[in-house]
Amino acid sequence: MLAIEIKNLTKEYAVGFWKKQWRPALKSLNLTVEAGETFGFLGPNGAGKTTTLKLLMGIIFPTSGSATILGKDFLDPEVKRRIGFLPEQPYFYDYLSAPELLDYYARLSGVPAPVRKQRIGELLGRVGLADVGNKQLRKFSKGMLQRVGIAQAIIHDPEVVFLDEPMSGLDPVGRHEVRELIQSLKDAGKTIFFSTHILSDAEALCDRVAVIHKGELRGVGVVNDFRSSLAEKTEVIWLGATALSAVNSLLAEVHVTGDTVRGTVQSGDLDRLLEKLRQQGARLISVMPVQRTLEDYFLAKTREEEKEAVTL
Amino acid sequence: MTSRLSAITWNTFREAVRDRVLYNLVLFVLLLVASAPLFSQISIGLEKLMLVNVGLSSISLFGVIIAIFVGIGLVSKEIEKKTLYTILSRPVRRWEFIVGKYLGLLLTLVVNTALMTVGFYLALLIFINGLKRADAMLLVAVYFIVLQFMMMVAITLLFSTFSTPIFSAIFAFALYVIGTFGEDLKNFAAMSHGATKWLAMGASYIMPNFASLNVIAQAAHEQNVGSGLIFSNTVYALLYSLAVTVAAVMIFERRNLK
Ligand SMILES: Nc1ncnc2c1ncn2[C@@H]1O[C@H](COP(=O)(O)OP(=O)(O)O)[C@@H](O)[C@H]1O
Ligand SMILES: [Mg+2]
Repeated sequence: MLAIEIKNLTKEYAVGFWKKQWRPALKSLNLTVEAGETFGFLGPNGAGKTTTLKLLMGIIFPTSGSATILGKDFLDPEVKRRIGFLPEQPYFYDYLSAPELLDYYARLSGVPAPVRKQRIGELLGRVGLADVGNKQLRKFSKGMLQRVGIAQAIIHDPEVVFLDEPMSGLDPVGRHEVRELIQSLKDAGKTIFFSTHILSDAEALCDRVAVIHKGELRGVGVVNDFRSSLAEKTEVIWLGATALSAVNSLLAEVHVTGDTVRGTVQSGDLDRLLEKLRQQGARLISVMPVQRTLEDYFLAKTREEEKEAVTL
Repeated sequence: MTSRLSAITWNTFREAVRDRVLYNLVLFVLLLVASAPLFSQISIGLEKLMLVNVGLSSISLFGVIIAIFVGIGLVSKEIEKKTLYTILSRPVRRWEFIVGKYLGLLLTLVVNTALMTVGFYLALLIFINGLKRADAMLLVAVYFIVLQFMMMVAITLLFSTFSTPIFSAIFAFALYVIGTFGEDLKNFAAMSHGATKWLAMGASYIMPNFASLNVIAQAAHEQNVGSGLIFSNTVYALLYSLAVTVAAVMIFERRNLK
């Protein structure tokens, strides 16, 4: 079953004070996310990630296009009962305590009173805020607020969770904790749609990723494919800079540090390189396939446009 | 629906209380106590007139100030601080948010007014030595003041859905002043001709009219307020507030949040 289906979703903003012009923040996005999937929505700053999430949450309205969530129109209030949302750099009513805030949100999501009390206690423990008591949120650190943010997103036990840059602005410990929390949601079988520009987080958590740039979808890929695909290139390190002249033509890239040489070859040329190095009497240190990483994919996808821009 | 509405109403009330809005009560009491020495300086009979005027006028003024300064931020602050993101991603209808905010601020004002009214009656007891049957009429004056609050909250809430707090405050205050001298606009319409007449007429219907809701002078002179006026004022305030709130909902329903 599809958890999310986005169809030709487009958002244009009017810019300029005197002469209004329409500038697209999101251009005809088409995307599907399966139930149970953890889906990473990647893109550099200003790519249109937040715009997409705001559209899906009904905070702004699309210029054109539509979406379904859990098989129903995305603006259907029935759908909203079953989804959770963590905004980018969230801010909460700072005159409330964490339990008060969660109680308010749970009521808005229609969680019955007895369940509310139990879930709030349980959830505060789970996000590591069991001992905050009645301290007002204005006294919370950024990391604590982010954990409150995650708690409010799942207080009503939603099936689909949308997170906008959940790790940005956190220190390494905070990032690790948030990562663990997302992993536990994933283990619980939730569908997770999260935007990020931190690729390692996406690589660690996601089943699939989409890359968006300048409001355009650039590609969708399965994260495991990046790991298992055969390496196109191999990195070879050896001692003996004098051997370089004999093999230079084979190398795609080369770095020399003293007598140590680090070069990359197309994997097809690997045997010839190793043979020549042996003939030259170089001492081999390591031979390592260069994995095609998510980063390469991301960079390739976001650079495509720059080439286009040049030809324009 | 009702549980979401009451949650929003209650949270709005709680915010006002925690923002120390009710501290104005202290000011109110101080004002009454501070003006007490004045009463003994003037002749008997006039002192009650003074007390009723000072008391009711400040109940009205304090409430209007709260209505404006809390009202202008009701929606715009939640947009500015993006707290609405986590509200609208829940099964909350946009109209529920507006109506909940409206009721929350009105509740704040009703509680505030009720406490002030108690203080006011206590002052009457202490300074004027006892209450009379006619003093029940003062409650009608207070009721009319609350009707004014109903209208002012709707007005500030409307501005809050599309304007910045500073402009909202200016507009709302201007409307309050115009509304308080509203009869003048109608008189002007009656006297003028042609297009001016129609413009003035139209304006006098759109603008709030607080003149007939102000019976402080009558109350001070222990004059009766007819049940006809109570009825017509109630209907007027309800309809006016409803129309303005509907306008606020219509604007907010279409609004793309920042
Ligand atoms: N309210 C707005 N008015 C005008 N332009 C906007 C508005 N919100 C976002 N944008 C523009 O839309 C583009 C995408 O922004 P956003 O979705 O926030 O990017 P991301 O979340 O990927 O960093 C940016 O160029 C941004 O300047
Ligand atoms: Mg963003």
